[in-house]
Order: sequence, then structure tokens, then C-alpha cells
Amino acid sequence: MTRITPELIFEKGYDGMKNNFVPKMDVEEVDLNAILPPEFQREDIDLPNIPEFTIVRHFVNLSEKNHSLDRSIYPLGSCTMKYNPRINEVTARLPGFAQIHPLQEENDGAMELIYNLGEQLREICGMDAFTMNPAAGAHGELTGILIFKKYFESKGLKKDKIIVPDSAHGTNPASSVMAGYSIIELKSNEFGEIPLDQLEFAMQGGDVAGLMLTNPNTVGIFDRNITKITEIVHKYGGLCYYDGANLNPIMGVSRPGEMGFDIIHLNLHKTFATPHGGGGPGAGPVGVKEELIPYLPCPQIVKGTQGLACIEQSDTSLGRVRSFWGNFGVLVKAYTYIKALGAEGIKRAANMSVVNANYLRSQLQDIYDIPYNANGRFNMHEFVMDCHLPNGVNAEDVAKSLLDRDLYAPTIYFPLVLHEPMMVEPTETESQRDLDKLITALREIYELAKINPEQLKFAPHKTPVGRLDNTYAARKPVLKK
Amino acid sequence: MDNPTDLKYLATHEWVRIDTDVATVGVTDHAQDQLGEIVFAELPDVGDSFSQGDDMCNIESSKAVGEVHAPVSGEVIEVNETLEDEPEKINSEPYTGGYLLKIKMSNPNEVDSLLDAAAYQATLG
Repeated sequence: MTRITPELIFEKGYDGMKNNFVPKMDVEEVDLNAILPPEFQREDIDLPNIPEFTIVRHFVNLSEKNHSLDRSIYPLGSCTMKYNPRINEVTARLPGFAQIHPLQEENDGAMELIYNLGEQLREICGMDAFTMNPAAGAHGELTGILIFKKYFESKGLKKDKIIVPDSAHGTNPASSVMAGYSIIELKSNEFGEIPLDQLEFAMQGGDVAGLMLTNPNTVGIFDRNITKITEIVHKYGGLCYYDGANLNPIMGVSRPGEMGFDIIHLNLHKTFATPHGGGGPGAGPVGVKEELIPYLPCPQIVKGTQGLACIEQSDTSLGRVRSFWGNFGVLVKAYTYIKALGAEGIKRAANMSVVNANYLRSQLQDIYDIPYNANGRFNMHEFVMDCHLPNGVNAEDVAKSLLDRDLYAPTIYFPLVLHEPMMVEPTETESQRDLDKLITALREIYELAKINPEQLKFAPHKTPVGRLDNTYAARKPVLKK
Repeated sequence: MDNPTDLKYLATHEWVRIDTDVATVGVTDHAQDQLGEIVFAELPDVGDSFSQGDDMCNIESSKAVGEVHAPVSGEVIEVNETLEDEPEKINSEPYTGGYLLKIKMSNPNEVDSLLDAAAYQATLG
């Protein structure tokens, strides 16, 4: 790997060099003074004098410092870093999708794609309607919780609390608080599941709007009591929110709508293979059951007798959550993924994600402490290891040591139901051969902890920068050069 | 580090030093050890009131955010301002210079519900 270069692209230009990246003006010239007050005008736009090939080198060098799924395994728990099939990129670049604008006169094709994608997601999730507007997962959560709010307001009920289990995604409590709710945290039991008696006790308070749940949860456990859980919440008039972050292992297999959930958000950029993590943007469609349809954000694309129509606003809707129709390119990629796999393929992908996670677990559990597997219980798409290695080597040391082996590190220090958690999600993307590379590395690191822990504690050694001081970076951040 | 015997404790890893009707509050050595290096303490304002058990403030390490509960009810009369620049004091001197705040107790009887050092130690297993 190349070492970090200190130069920014703005520092690479110099006098005498010419840039040729400003295209020729191809629209009618307008007098700036007629459209822009003088205080917003400037003479110099400060672009570096730099030729095209220098720009290419600059960005290729930067990209080599980045780890991506196109380079090797990316088993980042709860993030579902699956391979983005190249056909997704092909369809998203079709001029009919890429060169359109939401304000042009006709957008029938785009509307049809949005509508059809909604139909597919309804089928996969067992919900009655979807909005494609939210721009990412947490944005979908916020939209969903605002639908909670609208629903209770319209019924004249005051509910100001939401139950979130400790095995939930960190964004769940954050989204609820942003929408004005306070949180009741439920501790999961020794099986990684929701204790029903405590759930019932919390619901009895009468001021609880509902429950946010990821199923399977962040320790990769499918809650066997799921229908009982949603029954309890409904019994006290609450709503059930399904965080779709972990939909991957159950897509095409079981449906959140049938588990009793009223609202769901999906992460198209996780489950449906559109790129994310710097390769975004994402999309966080929200699905609802029939009685919540009136509160969905606008615009909504609906099918009437005259074909597809776009509802720009309605009295009951919570309003707009995003400009235009959301991140359309992402929708094209997700639709392509679903259509390319088909119903059987979707189910097979889900099953393979479970097989891969359990293969990894089975090859590591003799040396790593992997809880929640009593009585030979299987995990779903991911599992969490508690990384207490010999000589005090911890989860962070293991993670950094994986980087030295050109493997991406799984998520660490989440969920904090364990002390040294490492959350591993291989997804269905990886072959057995690639999984074996990760297994070999993790076993090697374990052995190394016994004889040379110092090497692990100061890892990584081969990356562009070495071990960063997390504490110092947080205490004294240098935000500007 | 031993838990000082002149302090009272909560099972949620806060300690209290009682001085007539003023309670000095901090987090235990075990808590700071579990959290790792503290990078930030988000303290309440002087004048804020809390009931026993309320979430009073957060302390943040590079791996987690820990909630601090009010061991007794009352009004905050002082916060440890040195933590703004030196949050690491919570790690290095959890029972002295790393205290978080002082509360004027509204119900001193609540002290009876707190744990002594031995009882707290027993909760750590």
C-alpha cells in the first residue's frame, strides 16, 4: 500500500500548468449582474491549474488507500456489506434513468419503476404500502416514528415513550428522541431475546407509543417469541416498528408484516445490494400497514383507474421528508437486484447469508467466546464474539491486526451487551474460500496473542497510517489543517 | 483500586460522599475501567434538579457512552469544571479529582437505600 501523501488536490496545481476540465459553455450566456447581487459574485474560483492525468493519479492514489468490497472481504456486522452486482450500475446509468429530471414534463418510466419497486417490497415484507422518499436507514426510522406520532395525534392520544431493547441498532433510540419521544430500554435475556414479562410491564404504563425492534437482532438471534411480542404491544394500543437493518437473512423466507409489525424501514443499500459506506447515497423506504397509509409522506405514487398518479400533498400526510422522490438512482439499482435474483434467488441469498455466518462461527467458536448459542442454536446472518484473547489482547487489537492482513475488520464495541464485542457479518457474497481466509487470519491472531501480543497491540503495521490514538483524537480533534 | 469504605454506592457504579446535606457524586473505579479512556463528560447545569435514579449526565469514552444516575434526589450546586479540559481525571482519580458534581439533598433518608463498599463489591462478582 502507498503511504499517505500530505498534498491536497488544491496544492498540486502550479502556474504554467493548465486545466482543461471546465467544459465549453453550451447554454446562452446570461449577464451575472442581472441574476446575482454583487456580494455573491467573485472573480476567482480558485481551481488548481492541474492537468487531467494529475487528477486521475490523485484520485487513483486515494482510492488505493481505501478498503472496499471490490478489494476483499468486508464482514462489517449489521452493515450487510454485500457485493453490488455490476448489472446494477449498468441499469442505473441507462440514459432514460440517469439523464432525467424530476421537473421535466413526463416521468412515466421513473414513476413506474418507483411503483413497481414498492410492489416488490410489499411482497417481500408483507406490508400494504411503501414510500421511497427517505434517503437512508436512519432517515427512514425518523419518518416511521413521525408516522407513529401522526397516528396517535389523529386519535387524540398522548403517548411519549418508545421501547427499544438493548440489542437494537444505535440509531433506534436516536431517531425516537429526535421525534420527541423518550426511551424505555429493555435488557435482552440470556438468549438474546426480549423478556416478555418486562415488555408487558413497560406497556402497562399507558404512555408507550410502541416498540422498535430489529429481528434478527444485532447479536444475530431471531426472536422466537416475535408474534407474542407484537401481540403484547398491540394489546396495549401500541405500534410495532421493524428496523429492516437485518432483513437480509429472512428476505423471501419470513415477512415482518406477518410477524405483526405495523411499520418497517428497509436499507436498500444493505439488503438490496446498492453500494454504501462512502459509496452511497442510500435509500430507506418505509412500509406501513393499511391503517397507517394516510400518514405516509408525500409525494406518493399511486395506481388509479387512469394509471399511475403522483399525489403531491394530502391533509393527513406528515408532509415532505425529502426533495423530489428520494435517491432515485439507488431505487433503480435495488429494483435491478430484485428482478435479477427473482423470488427464488432472493430466498437463496438469504439462506446463504445464514449458512456463511454459521460456517464462520463453527470454525471459530472453539477459541473465541461466542455466546447465545445454547443447545446448538443457529445464528442468522451474523454473530458476536467476545474478544478476550491471551495477554489482554482485545477486540480493537484483533480488528487492527485484520487490517494488516488486507481483510476489513468486523464491527467492534457494538452491541455493548458484551465487553469486547466483535460483530461479524460475512453476507452471502463470500465463497467458502474467502471465508477460510478470514478464519485462518482470526485463528493466527489468536495464536499470536499467546506468543507476541505486542505485535497485535501496536497493529496495524502495513496500512497508510498506524494505530491512531482514539482518545486523543476525541479529546483534542484537529478539524482544520 | 479498593472502593473507599467511607463512600456509598449504587449498583449502577456511581459513588456518593455524604457531607451533612451535600452529596458529592462520581463514578467508581470499576466503571471507569470498563468504559476505558474517558474523552468527554457531559455534565448538567448548576441549579438542575433530579430525583433519585434519574439519568443525570453522560460520560463518553472512545468505545461507549455511560449514563450516570442520580444516587439521591436534590439540586446540583456544583459541577467539576476541571473535567471540561481534563476528562481523563475520571480515569486517573475516580474518587477524588475526577468527581462529577455535588448535589444538595432534598431527602437525606435516601442515603439509607445506598450500598456500602462491601455490598457494592459483591455486585461486581
